[in-house]
Amino acid sequence: MKAIDWIDERLDLSEIRHFIAEKGVPVHTQKIWYYLGGMTLFLFAVQIFTGILLLLYYRPSAAEAYESVQFIVTQVQFGWLIRNIHSWSANLLIGLAFAHFFSVFFLKSYRKPRELTWVSGILLLFLMLGFGFSGYLLPWNELSFFATKVGTGIAGAVPLIGHFSLRLLRGGDDVTGATLSRFYGLHVAVLPAVATALVALHLLLVQRQGMSVPLDIEKKLKPGERVPQMPFFPNYVLRDVLAWYVVVAVLAALAAFYPWELGTKADPFAVVPPGIRPEWYFLAMFHTLKLVPSHVLGFEGERLGVVAFGIAALFLVLVPFLDRRASRGESSRLFTVLGAIGLVYLVTFTIIGHYAK
Amino acid sequence: MNRGHRGPVIRSDTTALPAMSAPEFDRRSFLDALLAVGFVSTAAAIAYPVGRFLVPPASGEPATQSVVAGRAAALRLNSAAIFKFGSKPGIVVRTADGEVRAFSAVCTHLDCTVQFKTDTSQLWCACHNGTYDLRGNVVSGPPPRGLEQFTVNLRGEGDDAEIVVSRV
Repeated sequence: MKAIDWIDERLDLSEIRHFIAEKGVPVHTQKIWYYLGGMTLFLFAVQIFTGILLLLYYRPSAAEAYESVQFIVTQVQFGWLIRNIHSWSANLLIGLAFAHFFSVFFLKSYRKPRELTWVSGILLLFLMLGFGFSGYLLPWNELSFFATKVGTGIAGAVPLIGHFSLRLLRGGDDVTGATLSRFYGLHVAVLPAVATALVALHLLLVQRQGMSVPLDIEKKLKPGERVPQMPFFPNYVLRDVLAWYVVVAVLAALAAFYPWELGTKADPFAVVPPGIRPEWYFLAMFHTLKLVPSHVLGFEGERLGVVAFGIAALFLVLVPFLDRRASRGESSRLFTVLGAIGLVYLVTFTIIGHYAK
Repeated sequence: MNRGHRGPVIRSDTTALPAMSAPEFDRRSFLDALLAVGFVSTAAAIAYPVGRFLVPPASGEPATQSVVAGRAAALRLNSAAIFKFGSKPGIVVRTADGEVRAFSAVCTHLDCTVQFKTDTSQLWCACHNGTYDLRGNVVSGPPPRGLEQFTVNLRGEGDDAEIVVSRV
């Protein structure tokens, strides 16, 4: 207690203490969804922690990257565990981030006054996909090498700035060691810096505004009535910790029983192995682009697909500003239907993309 | 939450029955202790593999016992050359008398690599001005002990003779 008094005397933490003591979390039938954000945040912390550990042995060059990962998983004590956790945690993180995203979407939690929380969250989701894409290349194995070729090739289909962004991403015309250097810098410096700032903003907004109560539940309240609250500390925090323990259990089981493969070292002159496909979270997009014909109404099909995804991304960012009904506190069936279509599309195309040849 | 006890509690200040005195122990403190044990075990389960991960694995390289440090003919009188002894530098010196000697070139002070000074015929470390004589003994400066001296053998005849340096 002495140390806290010492700090308190100098910084006066009474406001923060008061805030924590007063903070409540709404209790209602949909409160289970509140845990998803915290679980995603927990995995983000796991990624930073295990990522820093991997940096101790990883070497970002075309000549050494593969061997250094091989060294980590075979020579370094518990290296296999750290690497498996980093890989599995990345995938669980993206899965949970998507679940969090859809739960917030369907509960219309983005409505006024939480538009900025939504925007920062969507940007974080895009950043997580960027983390996945850049991190996938780092072991420099055959699959990741060709997936990166295809992925950066898609960036090349963007109208006007396509060729420029392709060269910018690849560090040249082809995927080479230069690409690896860039992806490495992105993955361990640029993206973490931006993501950390955005996470801080996202959390600050959540703390400042409190948890959103779903529209249906809010509407059933009588005037002046409040949703029952649970104290944030320690009641809710302990429940959050319990959810994190569930994540740890799943993560540990996956890392121990399903080791992440390293594959064979990338060879730029090898033939593309059959069945090449990106990580599961890009499969829906990948399969859609496969289905688009080479030319649609005089436009290049690939280019049209990429533009469509760009518009969809922009639409997602702008959802709270487009859904005027939800912002007025009215139910907005249209957006629920749009969300359902989006969810069904993502799930079916991911599954089809997984089994398609 | 009600912190009340269920049933009678034996207080430690009961003077009548000093032998029965027991610490207060209710359900809440038991659960708190259980929670603390859980958190500490989790921390330990994370700290142990991480600690082991941080320790670099032993390099598979065996300790070098003997290397060829070059050809004797290439080394002029009163000169020296650095050679690789395993993963560390060694220095082979040809004295003014023509004798060939070899030492570890790692200064015993702070691991800098020493060099041969032709003017004084001494081994000198540029980092903190330590000097050694041509037996490896410290002459001046901060080194705490002399340089490790290696055994030198010449293999072959005349100009083709190789300097073989070994650790005994």
